[in-house]
Amino acid sequence: MATEEWKFTTKDIAEKPDLFLSGHRACAGCGPATVLRMIMKATRGPTIVTEATGCMEVVSSIYPYTSWAVPWLHTAFETAAANASGIEAALKILKKKGKVKYEHVDVIALAGDGGTYDIGIQALSGAVERGHDFLFVLYDNEAYMNTGIQRSGGTPHGAATTTSPAGTVIPGKLEYKKPIAEIMVAHEMPYVATASPYYWRDMLTKVRKGLEVEGPAFLHVFAPCPRGWRSDPAKSIEYSKLAVETCVFPLWESINGQCQLSTPSKLIALAPQKKKLVTEYLKGQGRFSHMFKPQGRKLLEEVQRVTDERWQRLLSKCGMKQ
Amino acid sequence: MTVKDKGWKEIAPAGVCSKASTDFLTGDWKTYTPLRDPVKCTRCLLCVAFCPDGAIHWRPEKGDIEFDTRYCKGCGICANECPTKAITMKFEQE
Repeated sequence: MATEEWKFTTKDIAEKPDLFLSGHRACAGCGPATVLRMIMKATRGPTIVTEATGCMEVVSSIYPYTSWAVPWLHTAFETAAANASGIEAALKILKKKGKVKYEHVDVIALAGDGGTYDIGIQALSGAVERGHDFLFVLYDNEAYMNTGIQRSGGTPHGAATTTSPAGTVIPGKLEYKKPIAEIMVAHEMPYVATASPYYWRDMLTKVRKGLEVEGPAFLHVFAPCPRGWRSDPAKSIEYSKLAVETCVFPLWESINGQCQLSTPSKLIALAPQKKKLVTEYLKGQGRFSHMFKPQGRKLLEEVQRVTDERWQRLLSKCGMKQ
Repeated sequence: MTVKDKGWKEIAPAGVCSKASTDFLTGDWKTYTPLRDPVKCTRCLLCVAFCPDGAIHWRPEKGDIEFDTRYCKGCGICANECPTKAITMKFEQE
């Protein structure tokens, strides 16, 4: 998997024209908007994007305006991956008939955490099993933000949402975040990776690798949402950094089932004293504010314990036992 | 939206979006405006990469960056991520 004539510097990114245009109607400080802008800068030529219903679909295609400078297809919540497999199959047959002049046309399927964790997982699982050549990008803002912050399979344990409010009855969401990237690794697909927008170079390289690989690729991108997380819009990117530093969202990639940590997380694995406490990441986010009250102490300890457990499990999977 | 909008016969089939969103200026949403100190700025271009609205442009011919206040929503990500703290957010008053 060679990343051909490909260098990523801020200058290259700044000089490459935007394919996700300004004037979209995302909230101020939207994490997913940054993610999409950057992902589109890592494309290598003709690209077709298909997107499930979700925040980014709504803000980018309010009639009669569109924020997409590439062919873009909106589809229902559950069918982003099914749509992508259809596009890929159509391109294959058109190429066979000599009707597509490009050497390769990349297909990207985009979905939020609702469209991947919960509603879209069967279409995704099916498309990956059939082995279509496309990149599935999950931008994970950890709840159904667009419809009013309802909990999803991607919402972390203890987070307050409108359908799992923290109060006297329950302390926020009771269940744990589903390890979706590991579920995708279990599909024995060629490329699975997690990325965070703060480590943009790492993220862009992973997008390019996912596009270049033959067969399905899955990219799980962490995308803070200031509206739903009740956090400061200016700190969206900072939270994406803290999530990696506290090992809440470690960065790794799996090539043909072989897991390896990416540089930012590898540095933490090699120097465990650099690993921050989860409180660094949780404080400042309104959805976790109940954890910092006296009665939330137990919950806070539990979140730290589960984060550490998951980190240790990942380390042993990557062959870096501590 | 006005009542004089096009009817279903005049719009594009399936309501396909026909205009670029760059025609829709989101700059009037903001309450804070970014102000940059050109002396402190090292032109690292991190703000250009991190801006969710693509509202900071790199002008290679000038060798400098430019804020596009037509689209800037005033979130303050650029000020927060600036390594030299060259950007400050100023409260906008009518």
